[in-house]
Amino acid sequence: MIQVENLTKYFHNFCAVDAISFDIQTGEILGLLGPNGAGKTTTLRMLTGFLQPTAGSIRVKDYSIDEHPLEIKRILGYLPESAPLYHDMLVYDYLNYVADIREIDKRRKLDRVRQLGDLCGINTVMHQPIGELSKGYKQRVGLAHAMMNDPEILILDEPTSGLDPNQIVEIRQIIKRIGKEKTIILSTHILSEAEATCDRVVIINKGKIVADDSTENLKESAGDKKYIQLSLQKADFKSVDTAFAAIEGITGVTRIDETDHQLDVRIDCRSAADPRVDIYQKIKQTDWVVLEFHQKTQTLETIFRELTMESE
Amino acid sequence: MRQAIQIFRKEFRSYFVTPIAYIVIAIFLLVTGWFFFATFFLFGQATLRNFFSLLPIIFSFVIPAVTMRLVSEELNIGSYEILMTMPVTFTDVVIGKFLAAVALVVAMLIPTLAYPITVSTMGQLDWGPVVGGYIGAVLLGAAFCAIGLFASSLTRNQIIAFILGMAICFILTLIDKMLFFLPRSLLGVLAYLGADYHFQNISKGIIDSRDIIYFFSVCFIGLYAAYLALREKY
Repeated sequence: MIQVENLTKYFHNFCAVDAISFDIQTGEILGLLGPNGAGKTTTLRMLTGFLQPTAGSIRVKDYSIDEHPLEIKRILGYLPESAPLYHDMLVYDYLNYVADIREIDKRRKLDRVRQLGDLCGINTVMHQPIGELSKGYKQRVGLAHAMMNDPEILILDEPTSGLDPNQIVEIRQIIKRIGKEKTIILSTHILSEAEATCDRVVIINKGKIVADDSTENLKESAGDKKYIQLSLQKADFKSVDTAFAAIEGITGVTRIDETDHQLDVRIDCRSAADPRVDIYQKIKQTDWVVLEFHQKTQTLETIFRELTMESE
Repeated sequence: MRQAIQIFRKEFRSYFVTPIAYIVIAIFLLVTGWFFFATFFLFGQATLRNFFSLLPIIFSFVIPAVTMRLVSEELNIGSYEILMTMPVTFTDVVIGKFLAAVALVVAMLIPTLAYPITVSTMGQLDWGPVVGGYIGAVLLGAAFCAIGLFASSLTRNQIIAFILGMAICFILTLIDKMLFFLPRSLLGVLAYLGADYHFQNISKGIIDSRDIIYFFSVCFIGLYAAYLALREKY
């Protein structure tokens, strides 16, 4: 559906997006993840044709963004970050205006606006000026705007930012519902959101892609790295280190925190091994007091942190 | 082009949904009405010459106030991004917004038709210069709208857009009155550049192709500059 190749964008001398390439299949929900300033919005803006790339190519279906920008814009719906809409227009007028620009048939227009009102839950605010709406409602109006022409591709830039938890769940459900037939690209820095809605995740950092895989695969690859967090009393790091180093399956012991009363360590172990029994036996032989002892697997959050911190 | 019409309709409507149109039209009528009728009875002549001779100066204040928000506001609140990701071209945007401003200028001139009607009841009014004057006023208004639109597309700050537009319109109006500062060889060229000079020609009732071409070229240059300024942001 969409092919992005070596997409690069410079703002003066600052490289915002650095030669990224990825493909998106029809019907896929792709999450674009990254810390603030990673280049998510810039990438999306180039996909929508709002910004011109410094180098690289974007192809949507059979169209190239340089040669057929209008054709691409016709099959694309876009919700920019924080939904910047005309403040002095009524929601109903605004949606009608969008319908006119999108060349929706006059007879179908009213039906379409009603449908979107139901879908996005904005029927109650139809006759209010957009400037008076709360952030959540503005976001919904923006979403209705993006879906006006029933686009094949929907691009959403941080669709749930500034919404309350109930609204977030609602918007996610909407995305899931329309994502069954449509291709959706959404950017977010909330990981649980990507986990909940996306089929595939592209993590970018400083303009480069650092991971591109399905959420399951990413988590599976993270499952390899189990670790045990242990808090002890009456123990010093040196003796703990030597005591555990001998245990089969442990690859390293690192000190997280050490005070007079408490020692926190992280014990990394090989994927297949489960050294918890051995560790317990070891501790029993000493007079250390166990305050905390639990095994953790890496979540998307830790993968994200690792991938985006490493390159600093 | 259909998109340009939609943009025109939306912009023209939003002038009247917000108080902008009413305020601008009221101020325009107040200022022109006062300056026209304050001296009208002293002359004892049934003519609108005074009204038309004031128009370029008044337009150079009023029209930038009409056009200042056209693009600046979109850049400021960010709706420009939404607009440009819909299937519209830069030309659609420029033409649509320009026509909306021109339509507002026409709406602003319509109530002033009361002046010639009032005057014609008091004496023998020569309608030729009046018709010429109104044609000239629309052309002048269109030229200033194009300039104002260009000023508006340069910045996201409406006040800067207003002052910039006003400065350009003001210079164009007054340029032929500042000529005594300049060498004789430049006189012809600079006099031709003055908007007031061409406008006064038309408002005498003489519709000369040179004056028409002048206003059309100012419109075109203004709109093309606005088009380039918008494309630069892309």
